[in-house]
Amino acid sequence: MSGHATAPGAETHQPVFTGKALERLEGLFPKYPNKQACLLPALWIIQEERGWISPQAMAEVGERLGLTPAYVKGVVTFYTMYHQHPVGRHFIQVCTTSPCHLCGAADTVKALLEHTGCGELGATSPDGRFTVAEVECLGACGFVTPILIDDDFIDSVTPDQVPGLLARYQ
Amino acid sequence: MGYPHPSHPKETVVLSQYFGDAGARSFDGWVQRGGYQALKKALAMTPDQVTEEVKASGLRGRGGAGFPTGLKWSFMPKHSGKPHYLCCNADESEPGTFKDREIMRWTPHQLIEGCAIAAYAIGAERCYIYIRGEFTEATRIMQAALDEAYAKGALGDNVFGSGTRIEMVIHRGAGAYICGEETALMNSIEGKRGNPRIKPPFPAAAGLFGMPTTINNVETLASVVHILNRGAAWYKGLCLSNPKSTGTKLFSVCGQVARPGNYELTMGFPMKDLIYELAGLRPGRKLKAVIPGGSSVPIMTPEEAESALCDYEGIQEKGSMLGSAGFIVLDDSADLVYEIYRLARFYAHESCAQCTNCREGTAWTVKILERLLKGEGKPADLDLLMDLGENMTGKTICVLSDSCAAPVMSGIRKFRADFEHYLAGAKSPALVA
Repeated sequence: MSGHATAPGAETHQPVFTGKALERLEGLFPKYPNKQACLLPALWIIQEERGWISPQAMAEVGERLGLTPAYVKGVVTFYTMYHQHPVGRHFIQVCTTSPCHLCGAADTVKALLEHTGCGELGATSPDGRFTVAEVECLGACGFVTPILIDDDFIDSVTPDQVPGLLARYQ
Repeated sequence: MGYPHPSHPKETVVLSQYFGDAGARSFDGWVQRGGYQALKKALAMTPDQVTEEVKASGLRGRGGAGFPTGLKWSFMPKHSGKPHYLCCNADESEPGTFKDREIMRWTPHQLIEGCAIAAYAIGAERCYIYIRGEFTEATRIMQAALDEAYAKGALGDNVFGSGTRIEMVIHRGAGAYICGEETALMNSIEGKRGNPRIKPPFPAAAGLFGMPTTINNVETLASVVHILNRGAAWYKGLCLSNPKSTGTKLFSVCGQVARPGNYELTMGFPMKDLIYELAGLRPGRKLKAVIPGGSSVPIMTPEEAESALCDYEGIQEKGSMLGSAGFIVLDDSADLVYEIYRLARFYAHESCAQCTNCREGTAWTVKILERLLKGEGKPADLDLLMDLGENMTGKTICVLSDSCAAPVMSGIRKFRADFEHYLAGAKSPALVA
């Protein structure tokens, strides 16, 4: 960060890597021959702790691992699962790639958008409860439609199952 | 077995024997089913003997490329004095493919055992298992199995008292199809953007962290367990057609079929039986097309599919590729042009964007197909797509660009009338409300 002005919001940034999160980060070090290789798992820790990865958190992890904020941002932006903005309390990913599309994924998407109140893909529901995102192949093409709600992988979801499923995520 | 369906009599069940059997997930459960005997057997051999056994079996890479596994292992330097690494590619993301997920979900120790044998053969003290970020369930199961394997002495400083050290680390991806490409996978483990690297150097010379590295697919490594247990000659004997394609293979079948699932077949099995008998079309439907290798390969017509044998050579002879053996089946209710467009969108989304021909080529393929589907296509568009496709084939660092061009170009060649239907002004209901 040397030579740079403090990032906006930095003064209000509560460090992620304290206590247990710091222990988890340090637990990564023996698994890799250098600290840079700990970046992806470290970013997962941030996302688990905060729900998304803010520019301040990128700078913080960079400092821990000896990487510049720009480098960290370059990595974060490459991978679609890292959130660069806050999302709903529950993040829903639904597959619509060809094998799923062939078997009715579009109807499941419609049901998800309707019952979450998100209205459109990528949007967060007005109550902040859900965000629904369309994703590419989830690797469960024989079990249409596969969806991920937070870290729960659920396959063979039909439109009529959607309301009951969502009720489990308040 | 054709999980989630009961095993079909025409299947040869080896890798998938315990799919659906939750008891096989624990260390003790795996041992009760004969597990870890292969690893113990390997540890009593020299690393070269293990490699020779795998070479003799004829096993080829199950991730898509079909490179002989034993030969790949033999490229690793001997006595290099450097750390060696094994990477297990569990970034299964190829549309149509969902076999590695079942291996990890049901038989995590099958994979751990295979990884440990391979690590021993190539002199690697550390193996990274790269699991795609979306596979949360598989990752949880694998991590629990890994912890148990350490606790039981199957991994760690002194594997089963042999003096051999094998460590295993699960590295979670974060949403990038391209990280299934082996050099991109290594960059991703190193904490970098998942851009593929220019080869050479090949991984065996300078791979992960610049050290000698071997990258193998999940199914390949799981197969090694059975080769060690039952011998190379047995494995080599599993062959219905070309002797260059041996063993069993998991065939994921999805799309418009009655019984989607993973079918384990001996190499050389007739594709006709797989599609019509095992997976089966839905009542009253006719076969329109098959994409057999995951989505990255040329589309097959019903005539090609019905006469093809399911192995590396057999599918190539009929104008496509075995790839990862993820079969996407389309029946006569499918809109082939829309599905090709949807695949092109997949590749455009997943392009790492470092090569111009891929970044621009995949994006323009999508744009042109989109206007075609909206009934706004221009007469020269099909020629333009073919021209684009040619410039996306063999011109880039990795084959993602080629993979986008393959279904588009083969689609236009083999199903031209479907495209001309849109050129004549038809509109896709999926794109035009």
